[in-house]
Amino acid sequence: MTERTADTIRWLSGNEAIALGAWEAGVRVASGYPGTPSTEIMEHLSGYEGVYTEWAPNEKVALEVAIGASFAGGRALATMKHVGLNVAADPLFTAAYTGGRGGLVILTADDPDMHSSQNEQDNRNYALAAKLPMLEPSDPAESREFVKIAFALSEELDTPVLLRITTRIAHVKGVVGTGERVESPLQPRIEKHPEKFVMLPAMARRRRLHVEERMQRSRALAETVPYNRVEAGDRKRGFITSSVSYLYVKEAFPEATVLKLGMCWPLPEKKIRDFAASVDELFIVEELDPFLETQIKAMGIPCRGKELIPAIGELNTAIVRKAIDPGRQPVELFESVPLPPRPPNMCPGCPHRGIFFNLSRMKLFVSGDIGCYTLGFLPPLNALDTTVCMGASIPMAHGMVKAIGPEANQQVVSVIGDSTFVHSGITGLINSVYNGSAATLIILDNRITAMTGQQPNPASGTSIKGEPAQSLDLEALCRAVGVKHVRVVNPHEVPECRKIIKEEVERDEMSVIIARAPCVLLPELKLRKPVSYYTNIDNCVGCTSCIRLGCPAISWHPLAEGEAEARGYKKSQKGYSQIDEVLCNDCGQCASLCKFNAITRGEPK
Amino acid sequence: MMSDNKNILFSGVGGQGILLASELTAYALLAAGFDVKKSEVHGMAQRGGSVTAQLRYGAKVYSPLIDPGCADVQMAFEMMEAVRYLPYLHRGSKVIVNTQQILPPSVATGQAEYPRDVLQELTRRGIEVIAVDAFAIAREAGEVRTANVALVGALSVQLPVDEGVFHRIIEEHVPERFRTENMKAFAAGRQAGLR
Ligand code: SF4
Ligand code: SF4
Repeated sequence: MTERTADTIRWLSGNEAIALGAWEAGVRVASGYPGTPSTEIMEHLSGYEGVYTEWAPNEKVALEVAIGASFAGGRALATMKHVGLNVAADPLFTAAYTGGRGGLVILTADDPDMHSSQNEQDNRNYALAAKLPMLEPSDPAESREFVKIAFALSEELDTPVLLRITTRIAHVKGVVGTGERVESPLQPRIEKHPEKFVMLPAMARRRRLHVEERMQRSRALAETVPYNRVEAGDRKRGFITSSVSYLYVKEAFPEATVLKLGMCWPLPEKKIRDFAASVDELFIVEELDPFLETQIKAMGIPCRGKELIPAIGELNTAIVRKAIDPGRQPVELFESVPLPPRPPNMCPGCPHRGIFFNLSRMKLFVSGDIGCYTLGFLPPLNALDTTVCMGASIPMAHGMVKAIGPEANQQVVSVIGDSTFVHSGITGLINSVYNGSAATLIILDNRITAMTGQQPNPASGTSIKGEPAQSLDLEALCRAVGVKHVRVVNPHEVPECRKIIKEEVERDEMSVIIARAPCVLLPELKLRKPVSYYTNIDNCVGCTSCIRLGCPAISWHPLAEGEAEARGYKKSQKGYSQIDEVLCNDCGQCASLCKFNAITRGEPK
Repeated sequence: MMSDNKNILFSGVGGQGILLASELTAYALLAAGFDVKKSEVHGMAQRGGSVTAQLRYGAKVYSPLIDPGCADVQMAFEMMEAVRYLPYLHRGSKVIVNTQQILPPSVATGQAEYPRDVLQELTRRGIEVIAVDAFAIAREAGEVRTANVALVGALSVQLPVDEGVFHRIIEEHVPERFRTENMKAFAAGRQAGLR
């Protein structure tokens, strides 16, 4: 093969390609809330000139910002993960009526198989329910193209356009072309269109007709657009497919004839009928719900889909091949070997660990939320009892106490991260205070949105570009909504925190503890000189106090027969603990738990 | 018709530099003129959990995912993680394995034992194992954080890409202040991979 030089190609992930495509499409304003697998789109877009980018406190706000920009005539993008669209559903359904001026694109990233999500949902259903066109690229190269198509379509049809990707598009890297930035022909300016932008019933009824007429036009368009294309092949088997499933079909059945739908809503009925008539047997291959299949069957077209293809989890080529052609399994697979699992864990030095250690020792019922701290659920801490959705921890604790009675006040606490608190915890706190809850809330304030990779939020003091920004004063905010008892603690001081948590839990009024210490992965902390703690093995009596903290830097070393005495330990000692000084992040939590002076802080290396 | 694409599975523990290693490999294959697709999963996996990256290359690559039983080469950054994805391998697969051990939580807290003789599980099934002490190589090169590049060196022997292409790619993509160390680690890794 001929050697290529780096400047003739771009090697991008689907998310990077979407950022590139949006920039080339002349996007003016983009707002999002971080959420795997969508996060990197905004991170990359924020590096481009000529586009305003921001992290919003939640997805509803992000979409509302984008709608405003579109009303002003600017091309606008809102990005979120699948569950984020649930939060943004309210403005979404009405934006479907108003349309906009500048192109309005809403990116939703689904996570089949729940690699890092609390549920598996198929957001194609939102296109149907909100009556909006939806495009689905298959790989990074198409991701770039489809953003541009989506902006153009949005302006042509006067509608928001949904762009749906999945994990295997967002986080897949491939070869992508590039082009120039082309500004939208529209000029951003104030224009009043009350008949279009004010959805009072009389006007909304008129716009309702527009929605219908627009869907008619969209359907007609879907028949002719080049991204709904037939790839001719052997007519014995025909496949209708979209998104990443298309790639699995091409890989498994390269000889077959395929109708690839780049637009999965609305559907090109005539094209589908013609295609179905041209093949002997028709298969619908799609991940998650039988979305295309249900519609195609409703057209009266015989086909097979979910009776063969799983509706749960991700697909791959092997699953598709086996489902359609069970006789053609090429390889016999090795069985897996049982090994200890390797679950994710909070980082060494994570400030959350100290709080969860205390909560687990205190045997409290912990109403939890979404973020790194959800990992407090895992052994050895086992200190999280619920996780449902962003912001749910506070109202759920309130509801539990109301159901059980005031005696539960002393048994239930809720925990929430700073970012999640700003996302949708504040309203829950207002409700708890207003309705006389006395449950304690612990805000795990690590100054950042950590789980998705350290994005700043309104409490962090920086913007998406790392520039200084007004920082939300959480203490003042809690007081302002009516919390009388607000205390700030250092979560690394484990025994001291236990005392304070106990005092606040016993109180008969709502109280908030702000456990504040920065995430150890903050870039400014990673640059500092590492000082580590180390174990003085001679002093270790094998009590396992530090082991129970679950810090990845601390490990247990069992002693063999006779080894205890040889090392000068008591005969009964079963092992000793040791800190890996390379992994240790200098938090000191373990040292505060060791009663035998076996853990000390070392000098800077 | 089966495609003649080749599949490389990278496996290891979050924080080991797997993404950079798979990225350098992809850049080299791209430079050599192949179509390449790579898939990885972000999010929770970065917190010390088990991590994989899947890379496929050939004349035209459709699926970003490697099918079970179809990994031609596995680059394992940790010993136990070399065996975890056994169902992805086949008789004749090559596994380049870093001999480092990183204890999972159940082992670190004394609840479970680190399995003994893990690599024999592979050789017993007709898989070729190439063991590399990447940590020692990296230390020798003068920077412990170059272990991942040492492993890319060992992997480079298996790929249809000239050594010089790798040199250029490493020069372009690793931080300047560690360039010498990375080049040394790559060269030593390549030697280790040749044995
Ligand atoms: S990323 Fe930060 S918040 Fe998350 S586990 Fe690590 S230290 Fe804790
Ligand atoms: S000080 Fe102790 S608890 Fe903190 S990171 Fe180091 S070993 Fe872990």
